[in-house]
Parts: sequence; C-alpha cells; structure tokens
Amino acid sequence: MYRRSLFGLAAVLAVASTSLFAQDMIKIGAIAPKTGPLAGGAVVTQWPNVQLWVEQVNARGGLDVGGEKKMIELIEYDDKTNPGEHIKLAQRLATQDKVDFVVAPYGTGFNIATAPIYGKFGYPMIAVSAITDKMEELTTRYPNLFFTLGTTTAFVDGVKEILIEQREAGTIGNEIAMVNVADAFGIELSVRARELFGEAGFDIVYDKSYPLGTPDLSPVMKGAKDSGAKAFVAWSYPPDSFGLAEQAIIENLDVNVYYSAVATSFPAFKGAYGNKINNVLGAGGTDVENPAIAKYRDAHMEITGKEADYWASANTYASLQILEQAIVGAATLDRDVVTQYIKDNSFDTVMGELSFENNFSNKFWSVGQWQDGVFRGVKGSNVDGAVPVRVKEGWSE
Amino acid sequence: MKPATWQELIWAAVLVGLAAFWPMVTNGYWLGIGVDVMMYTALATSWMLFSGPTHYISLASAAFFGIGGFVVGSGMSDYDASFWSMLALSALIGAALAALIGLATLRLSGVYFVIFTLGLAEMIRNLVSWVQNNFLGSRGLYVLTDFTDTHLYWMLLVTAASVYLLGWIISRSRLGFALRIIGGDETVARHVGINTATTKVILFTTTGFFAAIVGAIIAPRWSYIEPNQVFSPHLSFFVVIMALLGGSGRLWGPVAGVIPFLLIWNWVDSNFPNQSILVLGFAFLIIVYFLPHGVVGRLEQLRARARGRS
Repeated sequence: MYRRSLFGLAAVLAVASTSLFAQDMIKIGAIAPKTGPLAGGAVVTQWPNVQLWVEQVNARGGLDVGGEKKMIELIEYDDKTNPGEHIKLAQRLATQDKVDFVVAPYGTGFNIATAPIYGKFGYPMIAVSAITDKMEELTTRYPNLFFTLGTTTAFVDGVKEILIEQREAGTIGNEIAMVNVADAFGIELSVRARELFGEAGFDIVYDKSYPLGTPDLSPVMKGAKDSGAKAFVAWSYPPDSFGLAEQAIIENLDVNVYYSAVATSFPAFKGAYGNKINNVLGAGGTDVENPAIAKYRDAHMEITGKEADYWASANTYASLQILEQAIVGAATLDRDVVTQYIKDNSFDTVMGELSFENNFSNKFWSVGQWQDGVFRGVKGSNVDGAVPVRVKEGWSE
Repeated sequence: MKPATWQELIWAAVLVGLAAFWPMVTNGYWLGIGVDVMMYTALATSWMLFSGPTHYISLASAAFFGIGGFVVGSGMSDYDASFWSMLALSALIGAALAALIGLATLRLSGVYFVIFTLGLAEMIRNLVSWVQNNFLGSRGLYVLTDFTDTHLYWMLLVTAASVYLLGWIISRSRLGFALRIIGGDETVARHVGINTATTKVILFTTTGFFAAIVGAIIAPRWSYIEPNQVFSPHLSFFVVIMALLGGSGRLWGPVAGVIPFLLIWNWVDSNFPNQSILVLGFAFLIIVYFLPHGVVGRLEQLRARARGRS
C-alpha cells in the first residue's frame, strides 16, 4: 500500500507540473554520461554548457516562439556511458516525455546510435563531440544529423602542418615518436596519421599502442625517449593524456614538439602540471582574445562555477545557440521546419558566424597550445585568431 | 534444477507466440524495453543452462557478448561483410572460445572460477583491441543497417526461444540428468562414471554461442562499436542478478527475473536519473529480503501453501 501511494503521489506531481506550465514551456531533452568512462569529459564539456544555456535563456524570460515567450524545461538523463541505456532513454525522451527538442549526445558512437530514433521523430541533432571521417555517408543516411567539430582527417592534418613547419624551421627532423590508445578514436586517428605523416615524408621511428585504462605509461614514454625523435605525438584520451604528461615530466622527455590529443585542453591539465606543460600541444584550441569567447567564458565561470575547457565547450554552447536561433527564427516548434531552417541559414554564435553545408559546419579549431597558462588555438579550419606555434623547451616550472 | 515438463514447453510456446505480437501493439519506448527484455532473457536463460544445474557462477557473459558485437563491427566496417555472415561467424567464434576456455578452466571450482570469468571479459577486450590496433587497423567500427527495433526484437525473440528449446531438450536428456548430478555432488557424479569435464564444457559452449549471437544482433542497434563498451562488465553482473532474481530452480526462472528487474530499473532510471545506482541498491536489499529464492521460489512457495490449504 505504501508503495502504491508513493506511486500515486509521484503521478499526481507529474501531472500537476506538466499541466500547469505546459502552455508556456518548451521541453528540451538532454542525455549524456554523468557516470562511466565518458563522464569525465561530459561533465567538463557537455553538462555545464547545457546548464549555462538553459539558465541564460530562462533569465531572459524564455524563447520567443512566434511572439509567445516560452521558458525551457530541461529533462536530463544519465546514460552511464552505455549505448543500450542511451538508446532506451532517447526513445523515452521522444515517446514518453515528448520533448520538443533535444541536445545532441556526447560521443561519436552515441550520436550515430541515436540518429535513427531522433530522425524518426524529426529532431534536429547538432552534434559537437562527434568526430568522424564518415560524415557524408552518415548525413546522407541521417539528414537530421549535423556535425560541427571537424573530421578525423582535419585533426591529423592540423598536427601534420605543425610538424612540417617545425621541420622546415629545423627544430625537428624526419623522425616522429607516435603512440596511441588502443580504442576506437585513438585507433582511427593513428591509422590516419600513419598515412598522412608517411605522405609528408616523416618516419615514425617509434609507434606503440597501449590499452585504454593502462595505469603505467612509463614503458611507453621510455620507449619514445629512447627513439631519440624530437617530435612526440599521442592520440590519447582523458586519463592517459594526463598520464603521458606526467611520465614526460618524470623522464624529462627531450622533444621540441609534444602533442597529446583529447583532454589536453581541459583546465584540469594545467591544474595538474602548472607551467611544466607550457608549450604542450593538444587537440582543440580557442581564441581567448575574441570578445565573444571572453564573455562566454566569464558567464560559464559565473553560472556553473567551472572554467570552460579550451576546445569543445565553446562549440557545445554554439550548438545550443544555433538551436535557439533556429527555433526563434522559424517561429515554430515544428521540428521539420526548424531542421530546414538550420540547413538554410547562418547563425551568430560564440564561435562566430556558423552555417552548414551538407550538414557540416566547417569552422573549428583542430590544434591548440598551452602558452603561459592559456590554451590558445594554433591550427584550425576557417577560424580567426590562431597564434604562432612555440617550441617546447623542457619540463621545468 | 528440475527437469522441464511438456506442460512448461506448451506454456513457453504460447508465450513466445504472444510475445511476437509485441511490436504490433507498441512502438518507441516500450518496444525498446521489449528489445532489452528479449536480450536479457536470451542471455540469462543461456547463462542458466550452464550455471543453474552446475552452480558455477559465470561472469563471462560480457566476454562473449562483446565478441559478437566486435566481430559484426569489424567485419562490416573493415571487410564489407554482410551482417548475416558475421552473425554466423561470431556465433562460431563465441562457441569455439567458450569451449577453449571451458577446457582450460572448468577444473577450477567455486570462487576461483567466478574470479577467472570476471577477468575474462577484460582480457578479451584488451586482446581484441590489440588485434584491431596492430593487424586490422580501423577507421571506426560502424554497423549501419536498415534494421529497426522491430527486426531486432524478433531476432532476439527467436534466439531466446531457441535457447529455451535447447534447454528444455537438454534438461530431459541424459546430459541434463548428468548435469543435475554434477550440481548435486561432483565427486559422486565422477564415481558413477559421468565424464564431468566434457559435460560442463558442452554446456559452457552453448552459453558462449548464444551470448555471441545476442551481441551480434545488438550491434546494429548500437551502430558504432567501441570495445570499451561492448565488453562492459556491467552486462555480466546484470545477467547474473536477473537470473538469480528469477530463481535458478526452473528453466523459465530467468524470464521471471528479467521482466521485473528491467521494469524496476527503468522506473528508477526515469524517476531518479541521478541516483539510479543508489536506488537500485536499495531495491536489491528489498529483493534479497523478500525474495531470497527468487520470483520462482516465491511462486512455488505460494502454490504449495495454496495446495496445503485446499
């Protein structure tokens, strides 16, 4: 009986809360990891921006949909970094919660796995944390899916350009030490890198992979050091980007170019190693001098209490701005109309003017560098404000 | 575990027939839950085939499930193979691997076997990643098909029904009899001339075979396969918990565990999205307290009581 009355109470509350506000609310659904392997990235890049955006829109009195102001009601779920769980929750958002719009998931696999479900209900998905070389095939198959953070090739290209520049400047030779995490994205990047670096005449003298979650990276770093290469490239994930930097400091790795991929742009990276990681290169980047970015970073700090990361945070926020402007611009909650509006228009965001060609926004940072406590963009596609690359000089404070 | 009866088989056939109509009456969310129910029913029943009579708790489900997902992902992405050929291949690999592991480890007993199977999924995940990294190379394991949840639901239903049918046949055969004696006392079984090792290996192989098939069928649903996720140890625990919640006394026990478990899990998940693991823990305490012998045990207890009264 007790349990039944609890159920009853919950049901009454649920009905009351939806019927009272249903008229002037717009329901937005968000699913991303809060626990599990990808949670570390999602709580830095994804969740704070969702929170920031919702609070800012509601503070302005809501979204103007055809002359009617609607407050945002956010429905959020933790997918526990489990695809099965995520798919089930996405179906729940679409058919039970009947949300008006969704925030695209965090992670390449999750965006692709949910694209058919959201596509069936016409939800536009402006994916950010999803990088792939299969963009054309995927957007043909799922016309509701938009990509904003670039391709696998673009990321490798950014690093290749730097290597070529440094070779011309004489700071490195043809030898590269390269390592990668033996998991989906790490393998994908390293396979592409072997092709592109090879074409550019580089010789990968040390090429090793290590399993995801390896606690001890010291053999990997010792091997890289022994190879004598002056350039070190790691296609790494959040836990190991940190682990590699730590080993590089311990081994005092003598290189002029040091690059590690995902999570190098996290404020926690600087927090962990201070100035020792000065001039370390990593995936991502941003232009902190840009007034729009600076304003966004201040608001992020103020509302979420956390520093925005120096990469996909701004893109994630921009994707929400696109969704917002498309709803307001289309002046309707009709999802097909809004999706078409996204395809046809350009949007004024913290990342500047963004628009889509074949569902792909070709404006993003690919490589950044820690320069005196700030991770600045050094390579990117159609972005302004790139600063010159500096040479890594030792690992002391 | 008791031998299955004809009556049970007829009931099972009726239920399978009814379950086949589920996609006709529902869509979206509840169909998705149906897919989960079928997936775990197949996994938990095949787990029960081996672990029910022998009392060897296996935490290897994720290892075989992962093999299924990975073979389909790798075959379709890297070699443009068809889904069906990869489904068949993954079942063979799953069975072969289980046989190999069975031969090597079924001499272990009790907690040693449990620990070994727990480590197995992790070991295979690393092995598979290493092979992919060094020999296959990959630009991501995409499994893009036109299957909808309805198709996958039916495939899983057929798999679950096959597992049940096989279990029913085994339980009435000499093999099933031998298994029950092994479960009762392995030393006695050996003394009466039962080849205990072969018997156990055969059953463990069927578990691996079916878990790999389930993993292969789920791969198109996930669309993008990451070894890290298909080999998630959570799955192994879920399978064991659901099977035990149902009760290990009957072949249909797992079904009686899978459905209530998934309903509770989804209710918790949608009402307490940020505390689901915590609330689930409390739910387990309640289950263990009120249903120590699983749903099946409670049902049989009630039936015995009703009979006693009449």
